[in-house]
Amino acid sequence: MAKAATKPVAKSAAQPAKIPSEDLIRHYRDMLLIRRFEEKAGQLYGMGLIGGFCHLYIGQEAVVVGMQAAAEEGDTVITSYRDHGHMLACGMDPKGVMAELTGRAGGYSKGKGGSMHMFSAEKKFYGGHGIVGAQVPLGTGLGFAHKYKKDGKVAMVYLGDGAVNQGQVYEAFNMAALWKLPVVYVIENNKYAMGTSVQRSAAGTKLCDRGLAYGIPGEQVDGMDVAAVRAAAAKALGRARDGEGPTILEMMTYRYRGHSMSDPAKYRTKEEVAKMRQEHDPIDRLRERLLAEKHIDENGLKNMDREVKDLISQATEFAQASPEPDPAELYTDVLIDLETVRA
Amino acid sequence: MSTQVLMPALSPTMTEGKLSKWLKAKGDAVKAGDILAEIETDKATMEVEAVDEGVLEQILVPEGTENVAVNTPIAVLRGEDEAEGAAPAPATAPKPAVKAEAPKAEAPKAEAKAPAPAKPAAVPQAAEPEYSGPTATQTVREALRDAMAEEMRRDDKVFLMGEEVAEYQGAYKVSQGLLEEFGPTRVIDTPITEHGFAGLGVGAAFSGLKPIVEFMTFNFSMQAIDQIVNSAAKTNYMSGGQMGSPIVFRGPNGAASRVAAQHSQCYASWYAHIPGLKVVAPWSAADAKGLLKSAIRDPNPVIFLENEMLYGQSFEVPQDKDWIVPIGKAKVVRPGNQVTITAFSRMVGVALEAAELLAKEGIDAEVIDLRTIRPLDTATIVASVKKTNRLVSVEEGWPFAGIGSEMAAVMMEQAFDYLDAPVARVAGVDVPMPYAANLEKLALPQAAQIAEAAKQVCYR
Ligand SMILES: Cc1ncc(C[n+]2csc(CCOP(=O)(O)OP(=O)(O)O)c2C)c(N)n1
Ligand SMILES: [Mg+2]
Repeated sequence: MAKAATKPVAKSAAQPAKIPSEDLIRHYRDMLLIRRFEEKAGQLYGMGLIGGFCHLYIGQEAVVVGMQAAAEEGDTVITSYRDHGHMLACGMDPKGVMAELTGRAGGYSKGKGGSMHMFSAEKKFYGGHGIVGAQVPLGTGLGFAHKYKKDGKVAMVYLGDGAVNQGQVYEAFNMAALWKLPVVYVIENNKYAMGTSVQRSAAGTKLCDRGLAYGIPGEQVDGMDVAAVRAAAAKALGRARDGEGPTILEMMTYRYRGHSMSDPAKYRTKEEVAKMRQEHDPIDRLRERLLAEKHIDENGLKNMDREVKDLISQATEFAQASPEPDPAELYTDVLIDLETVRA
Repeated sequence: MSTQVLMPALSPTMTEGKLSKWLKAKGDAVKAGDILAEIETDKATMEVEAVDEGVLEQILVPEGTENVAVNTPIAVLRGEDEAEGAAPAPATAPKPAVKAEAPKAEAPKAEAKAPAPAKPAAVPQAAEPEYSGPTATQTVREALRDAMAEEMRRDDKVFLMGEEVAEYQGAYKVSQGLLEEFGPTRVIDTPITEHGFAGLGVGAAFSGLKPIVEFMTFNFSMQAIDQIVNSAAKTNYMSGGQMGSPIVFRGPNGAASRVAAQHSQCYASWYAHIPGLKVVAPWSAADAKGLLKSAIRDPNPVIFLENEMLYGQSFEVPQDKDWIVPIGKAKVVRPGNQVTITAFSRMVGVALEAAELLAKEGIDAEVIDLRTIRPLDTATIVASVKKTNRLVSVEEGWPFAGIGSEMAAVMMEQAFDYLDAPVARVAGVDVPMPYAANLEKLALPQAAQIAEAAKQVCYR
């Protein structure tokens, strides 16, 4: 469960309201969609249809779904290379995401970005960044723009437990606090940066405290519980919207798969992974709750399974049928043509 | 309905692997997520998870089989649940597109069999001329590891630092075994803080230590470039010679395979621009070893550019711990007298392929492996051009202000009267690296393009 924030609760952050039934069901479906999408991506990678680096989000679904549950239309999102879940949660089309993974013309970046680099101006998803930590100043800039434009929106900036050691993260924290920028920093603490555990890389492993010197309040949240994430997100987003500046949410989560497809993950025990899967799986936990509280019955869940499976099948078909980009695409989009801007 | 289980690709550059162990037997029931088998590549051991449910009906590839190509059917799974039918279908019929995947197209033919000990036959493998001692067939990966180990044994001021270099044995397994031999005070895992640990390394070098700083890939050295350029390269000069930086920055450089724009670029011309740095980019395993040893012994900061696609390639390597390759010497890897082709790192292999294509058309090309980019061995290049009167410069990086531009300038200054044709440049296409397989291939120099450029300067 969420621990108490290190700062008093902000004024617009009401006590976590009871989550309506239809919301819970939707969160379940959104998590399931991400899970099934990622499983399929792993399979396509094995078949050689996806290349390069491919970082799966399996296990961490509750984080992004819970955050989006509290977000408003127009809030912005930016993250690292482990981005498929974020895109789906932002409402991007699984077809376009999958087709980008297969490097096809129908992908969100026309096949030019791949797994790590997708964007959607429409859905306010700002990528998809391959350099660990780089998205943090960038996301702080999104927050700066919200404040500058006085649009009342907030930037959600995701980073890993490894990224949190990069110097530019602290340069960003300082500016965000100094200028009270509407930003929520979401540290997805999945316990490992590639093969390095938090204990082996961080002096001071309570990562939500990394902003204290700048006066940025931080909170550790059970990132395997979508309701806990949603509640913490509502508070932090409210603070930001009220002009009180940034918050750090440290989501305690776990990735079930290796860092990327080529990581054998020998640095942790099978028991550790199995225990997380059995006792903390965000989807199983919500499923139990949905049934226990009678929000939905087995039949309803089965229908949802089928609906999600169909979506993934369609995305997969699209991603394989979509043609490779036209060779001429190699030269486009390097610079924006002044003529195009004038037109 | 039965589904074939295919040999999966477990990394961007994997084309084949060893099926080391079956964890399920014929007739076993299998659930999605169950581990079916273990696979070994030259980098790692990996588990193959089942994606579908069913019963293991047949094992097609027995355990212990080496060199199983990616996408080879390795088992047959009989499905039990009709509803599952929709998803597995593609697995039985992989699209032909798979065949065109970049990793296969890019791995030079002779090397595709790594880690099998077969060595590339067509390529002259002469070690440094003076050497006549024992050699062994080694991969570039092993040669680099040996260079570090030998120098660490020789000088206790040498230490290795970087992300995943110790317990993980290197993200690309280059530092395999070093933690075990030298312990955690000399083989140090860092947090992901490139600017910090590069600066820390330079500071340690100021006070006489000899750090080897590994960048997981050189793409991430951009986080640290200020410390490399402003601190490592300039301090000896600014201090009037009091304080040098005997440090090596090493790691894979250039395009790997399908890792897109932020993870695929060549830093040769970036760092070669900087006075106060030496820049080395070897191709063969022997040069990788001999030059890395020189770099570690060098009192100056050395940028040591490796290439992921070369790590698994095998060459003959001298086995004498005192044998080194001097920095600043290019090497003629294929003698010829009608056109000179210069290249470095992975492009040497591609240039040699081009030379074979040219030979078939009766053009005798000389291929020079630059090995060191700065200081550039202009003497060897000029001597060659005096003989051939033509130069084609090849690099994977971008053309603008690239190594080829420098080559053209050197020719104008030092060999103008010997040139029978303008210097030709073959370089990466002037765009960020695309992800799509077909576009990536178009973005990188291919042997046919090099041969075409050579023919042009020969007016053929
Ligand atoms: C500047 C930089 N250094 C190193 C890398 C290589 N790298 C990619 S992901 C990663 C681990 C990051 O771990 P974490 O921040 O915990 O995120 P997670 O992968 O767990 O989501 C590393 C070292 C990189 N992409 N960029
Ligand atoms: Mg992590």
